Amino acid sequence: MAMDAISHWFLELYETTGINLTIVYDAYDRKRFLSGLGMTVYLSVVCILISIAIGMVGAWAQGSPLRVVRGLVNGFVVVFRNTPPLVQIFFFYFGLGQILPRIEDADGMRVPILTNVQWAIVSLSLFAGAFNVEIFRSGIEAVPRTTTEAAQALGYTRFGIYRHVLLPLAVRICLPALNNNLVNLLKTTTLAYAIAVPETLYVSKQIWTDSQNVPVMMIVLLCVYTALVGILVFIMHRWEKALAIPGYGQGGAR
Amino acid sequence: MPPVSSPGDNGWTPDQPLVRLMDVRKSFGELEVLKGVSMDVAKGEAVCIIGPSGSGKSTLIRCINALVPIDSGTIRVEGQEVNDPELDKLTLRRKVGMVFQQYNLFPHRTALQNVMMAPIHVLKQDKKEVEARARALMAKVRLSGKENAYPGELSGGQQQRVAIARALAMRPDVMLFDEVTAALDPETVKEVLVTIRELAEEGMTCILVTHEMGFAREVADHVYFTDAGLIVEHGPPASFFSDPRDPRTREFLGQIL
Repeated sequence: MAMDAISHWFLELYETTGINLTIVYDAYDRKRFLSGLGMTVYLSVVCILISIAIGMVGAWAQGSPLRVVRGLVNGFVVVFRNTPPLVQIFFFYFGLGQILPRIEDADGMRVPILTNVQWAIVSLSLFAGAFNVEIFRSGIEAVPRTTTEAAQALGYTRFGIYRHVLLPLAVRICLPALNNNLVNLLKTTTLAYAIAVPETLYVSKQIWTDSQNVPVMMIVLLCVYTALVGILVFIMHRWEKALAIPGYGQGGAR
Repeated sequence: MPPVSSPGDNGWTPDQPLVRLMDVRKSFGELEVLKGVSMDVAKGEAVCIIGPSGSGKSTLIRCINALVPIDSGTIRVEGQEVNDPELDKLTLRRKVGMVFQQYNLFPHRTALQNVMMAPIHVLKQDKKEVEARARALMAKVRLSGKENAYPGELSGGQQQRVAIARALAMRPDVMLFDEVTAALDPETVKEVLVTIRELAEEGMTCILVTHEMGFAREVADHVYFTDAGLIVEHGPPASFFSDPRDPRTREFLGQIL
C-alpha cells in the first residue's frame, strides 16, 4: 500500500532525524489535523461571504438619505474597526452568549443559542464586514458623479443605480483593498482558538501537546497558512481578471 | 408599471408647448445662476441655447429633467410639473432623454448593453424586444459592428453616439443635449452633429446647449441666448444670427463668429 509506505517513510524520518510529523504517519493525528484544516476553510469561506455581503449592504446604507441609517452604519464601523478582534470574540462568546437565554436541544439539554463555531462566524464576519463597508465605500466614491447622473437621467432608482452601476464599478476599483482584508480575515480565523473552535491552530496545539513536536508543528502551521492564503490570493486574482473591462483601468489590453 | 401619460391626462395637448419654463430661478449658495428664465419649446422643435460660459445654460437644461432642483418658478414637461414633490421622477425621465458632455457611458457594459440596460431595468421591457430595438438604434447612429465593444474601446465620437442611442432606447419625447460636442476632437464633432441633425429632421423635440454656431444656424428652429442667468434674446436663427438686437448678443457673436 502506498499510504503504508509513506507512513513508514515518515516514521523512519522521525527515528533518524527527530522530525516528528505525526500528522502524516499517525492516523489519529492525521484525522485531527485534517478536520482542523476543514474547520479553517469552513470558517474562512463562510466569513468571507458574509463579510462581503455586510460590506455591500453597509456601503449602500451609508448613502441613505436617512441620517439615522447612516449613523448606525458609521457606529457599527467604528465599534468593530476600533476594537481588537479577540476582544470582540470574547464579547460575543462569553459576554453576549451568557446573557442570551438558553434553548432546549433535541435531547432536552439546555444549550446556548449559538455554538462557539457560530459565535466565531458572527464575530469574525462583523469584524471583517466593518472593514469591507469602508472598502466598498472607497470604491463607490471613486465612481465619477457624472456616471451616476447618467443613470439618474435614465430613470434609475437609487437602488437600481447602486446595483447596476455603482456596485459593479466599485467592486472593480476596490478589489485590491478587498483582497487584503480577506487575507487578513483568513488569518484572523486562528483567533477562534480562544473559544475552543477546533480549527487548524487549535488542533495543532492538541497534537503538539500529545506528541511533543512543537517546532515541527509550528513550521507545518506556517506552511499551511502560506498555502491557504496563496490559494485565496490566486482566486481573487482570477476574479480580478474575469472582471477586467477592456479599455478601462487595468483591462486596457485585450 | 406607471401609466404612460397620454395627452389629456393632465390637460396637456400636443398643440401646447411640450416643455414650458416659467420664471425659473436657481441659486447655488450665494450665486444666482438662473434669474427668472422662461421659454417654450413646441413638439418637434429643435432649440439651441447659446451663451458665454457660466451664463447658466447647462443648469437650465439640467433643471428640465430634475437633475437640478429649482428654487422657484415652474417647469412643465407635457403639462407635468417637474418640481412637484409628488412627481414620480421615472415618469418624467422616461419622457426626457439626456446626453452629456462627457458621454457618461457605463464602462463595464458593452455598447449594446449600455443601450439595452435602462429599458430592461427601468421600464421592465422584454429583453428580446429591447435587443432588437437597441441593434436598430446602433445602426441608426452608424455603429453597427460595434455592439460588443466596451466604451473604453471606442473613440469619443463613437461613445457619444452610443450615448445618444442609449437615451433614444427609452423612447423619449424630448432629448436634451448638454454641450455634447465640447469634449470631442474637431474631426469627430461632425459625426455626432449629423446624428443629432437627423433626429431633429425626423421630428424629435431637441433642446441643445451648444457652442456650434454653424449647427445652430442650420438646424435650430429657435435660438436662445443666455447671459448672466437671463435669456437676453431669442428668435429664429435667420434673424438671430444676421440681425441680433441686444448689444450682449452682438458682442458674443462678434467674438465667436
